[in-house]
Amino acid sequence: MQTKYLIIGSSHAGLTAAEEIRVHDAGGSLTMLTMEDCLPYSPTILPYIVEGKVEEKLIYLRDEKYFQEKNINFLKGKKVVNIDAKASKVSLADGSEIAYEKLLVATGGNPTVPPVPGLKEANYLVLQTMEDARKINEVAKNAKHAVVMGTGLVGMHAAEALGKKGLQVELIRGRRRAVLPNYFDSDAGKLIHQVFLDNGINCDLDKHVKEVESANGKSKVVLDSGEALETDLLVVGTGVKPRIDFLGDSGIQADKGILVDNMMKTSVENVWAAGDVAQAADFYGKEKVLTGILPDASDQGKIAGLDMAGDKAVNLAFDEIGGQAALSYRGGVSMNTFNFYGNKSFSVGLSLANEEDGYEIDTMSLPTSCMYQKLVFDGDFLVGAVGINVTLDPGILVNIIRLKIDLKDKKAEFASNPLDMSRRIMWDSWRGAINTAG
Amino acid sequence: MGNAYNTLVVYPEKCNGCGECEKACAKAKADSTDIVHSRIKVLKNLEDEYFGPVVCMQCGEPSCVKSCPAGALTKNPETGVVEWDEDKCVSCTICTLGCPYGGIYYNPLMSNVMKCDHCGGDPECVKVCEPKAIEYKTEANVYKDQGEREDLFAPGLAACLGCNMEILIRHTLRHVGPNTVLAAPPGCVPGIAVVGINGFTGTKVPSFHPLLTNTASMLAGVRRYYKHIGRDVQVLALAGDGGAADVGFQSLSGAAERGEEVLFVCIDNEGYMNTGMQRSGTTPYGSWTSTTPVGSSLPGKSGDQKYMPLIMLMHNCEYVATAVMAYMEDYHEKLEKAIQASKKGFAYLHVFSPCTTGWRYPQEKTMEVQRQAVATNTFPLWEYEREAEKFAFTHPVDNPTSMEDYIGMLGKFRHLSKEQIDHHRNTVATRINLLKAIAEEGIKPLKAAV
Repeated sequence: MQTKYLIIGSSHAGLTAAEEIRVHDAGGSLTMLTMEDCLPYSPTILPYIVEGKVEEKLIYLRDEKYFQEKNINFLKGKKVVNIDAKASKVSLADGSEIAYEKLLVATGGNPTVPPVPGLKEANYLVLQTMEDARKINEVAKNAKHAVVMGTGLVGMHAAEALGKKGLQVELIRGRRRAVLPNYFDSDAGKLIHQVFLDNGINCDLDKHVKEVESANGKSKVVLDSGEALETDLLVVGTGVKPRIDFLGDSGIQADKGILVDNMMKTSVENVWAAGDVAQAADFYGKEKVLTGILPDASDQGKIAGLDMAGDKAVNLAFDEIGGQAALSYRGGVSMNTFNFYGNKSFSVGLSLANEEDGYEIDTMSLPTSCMYQKLVFDGDFLVGAVGINVTLDPGILVNIIRLKIDLKDKKAEFASNPLDMSRRIMWDSWRGAINTAG
Repeated sequence: MGNAYNTLVVYPEKCNGCGECEKACAKAKADSTDIVHSRIKVLKNLEDEYFGPVVCMQCGEPSCVKSCPAGALTKNPETGVVEWDEDKCVSCTICTLGCPYGGIYYNPLMSNVMKCDHCGGDPECVKVCEPKAIEYKTEANVYKDQGEREDLFAPGLAACLGCNMEILIRHTLRHVGPNTVLAAPPGCVPGIAVVGINGFTGTKVPSFHPLLTNTASMLAGVRRYYKHIGRDVQVLALAGDGGAADVGFQSLSGAAERGEEVLFVCIDNEGYMNTGMQRSGTTPYGSWTSTTPVGSSLPGKSGDQKYMPLIMLMHNCEYVATAVMAYMEDYHEKLEKAIQASKKGFAYLHVFSPCTTGWRYPQEKTMEVQRQAVATNTFPLWEYEREAEKFAFTHPVDNPTSMEDYIGMLGKFRHLSKEQIDHHRNTVATRINLLKAIAEEGIKPLKAAV
């Protein structure tokens, strides 16, 4: 089989790239592969499937009709096992080969399993694919007790979902002694932690897994303290790493993920990578980083698609700053939302920064109402923000950070009334941009 | 081709912070008096006075849609509205990370995100906005309708960059349709290749190039001939102000007075711009032109502009109207009436058409110049229908903006002294007062006196 564009993976990065390619090249053959047996979906939705908040049939991001209309050859159950970049072809698990002119690797991540003795042999489940979600739901039907390992987004979310299903849930941290340590500082983390405790999730951060024993399909989680937890369902959500086990000797350079430039190009001709699999520019530093967040995957997919389709505008539209192509990737800003038991929280930018690092921190905390707000300033610039149950527009804050808007003498007012001020700044900046252009 | 969409437009400078839009939205969307349910938000509690509602802009490439893991947000290809599907939404609020303008918000009372949906095409907030800081622009309908029709103008043209005429000619020809004979007397209209280059016309309808002096009489003859052989052919003149108000006036006046069945469009760029920016009868007082230069002894044109639309109204035309391309819906409504009127008698449209080259303003400001001309009452929009005995403003401006806002945009007025600007103001005031008097009194015979 031969195709002009080949996209491995069918979540946000792959879908956005396909969309963009079709804007610029309506006719070039385009093939999209998924190793799964279903239509495209977002891994972000999986905890909600476990929770039962939404039905599986409702959440697919595209349907067959879309692929027909866009003339995209969407193939399910196709797992890539090797890339031969010299011959411009990929090999699939079923033995077939697909030759490409341009290739996008958007394979996302694989769950990591911590090196806990006995865990590999144990009957554990992860939550990265639709199949995983179905399995958890299947096991949870007859389960009374669950152990969730990992207090990151997946682990926390899974714990809440299983708790709501009526299981008794034991949530055990991973390497770091905190909840959501990538997004929330300890003050915010404590608030979130308390809500989980209040809702009946057992989560003692002093507990740490020593080893896992398994017998008769059941697992026994042994803690450092010697305590042993017998469980019907063991879920591991301790992290994700890029899915790159098929690179073989393709020559595609990878570190933690596939290394890409600002156009999402890999080190090898005609191969791009985007989304959770890509290790791309950082907004702050020079080191390339994994971001692993949804909006970034879409942004990167769009850039990759533009470049793959050879849209000249990408390279013509040079920005005034630094001569960088205007549409190229400027580095990811950390951002996420986390919603738990009816509470809303978000974290954007350098949300973990503290005063010792030379940042100015403005916090507001009302633990009894589970409210928390943190604004991080670097001089007159906003560089990070956290909110729990506060009314703010995270998207506006992200953009104030991204556009490096100088707050100047408005900083104090911004800190005291961030909602209206941030809206005003964003709308002024947008209108200003229109006026400058005009 | 993509669809054109109607838009909710916000003018923050007009907003007085009254918050009526929020109340109307909360009422319409949640039947509540609590404005937490409002999809439109007015900025408040700021140290300096600054208002302006914040509302979803229904982006062309919405970040919220791309960020939604549940497929609950979609851009409707027909209406352009970014739609939210409650059944699919899992309330993850990642969409609020994507939107850079706060167009989608989390509503803690409903435990859902919410966003503007244009109320299905009839936004409630617009209805209650007393200072008109929110408008629902439906021009898209015009573009959709006209987009269905054949473009009767050649793809290439030789106009200056930023010229108002391409949009005017394309829209006008699409609307009048293929059963048309077009006359384009000397001026910018033939100059940009309407009547052709090297033996080919720029239009897909028969077009010809009369003398500057005889456009209306030639068209009258064409119309009469076709009528004589039993064909109902639309005749149309696209003439400049020279071909209408100056050199072309005697034939225009004659044809109008005789009630010839002609549709005559005067594209008024206030001078002979095609031949090097000489002054014409419609050049306003004080304007720089190449024949009214600015120097030690002359401060631009010394006389006033003659106001053609009223002169034409007094010819007992079937229909007379003023229009600008910046108000496209208004233009199409008037054009339609003019087409109908020209089947019974003379129809005259006077289109104010700024010239980036001759008036010296940045080429991308052509529409803005028109808006300002209307906003300052320099060029009021009105129409007269003889049969209906109706004279009415179609875009009344009760609180005109400062004359300097308009004058300041144009290089041809750059030298104006304060006295000259005052002169302008007076001319404009006199004209608008006269027009208002006509509108108030109405144009009808004094039946009681007969």
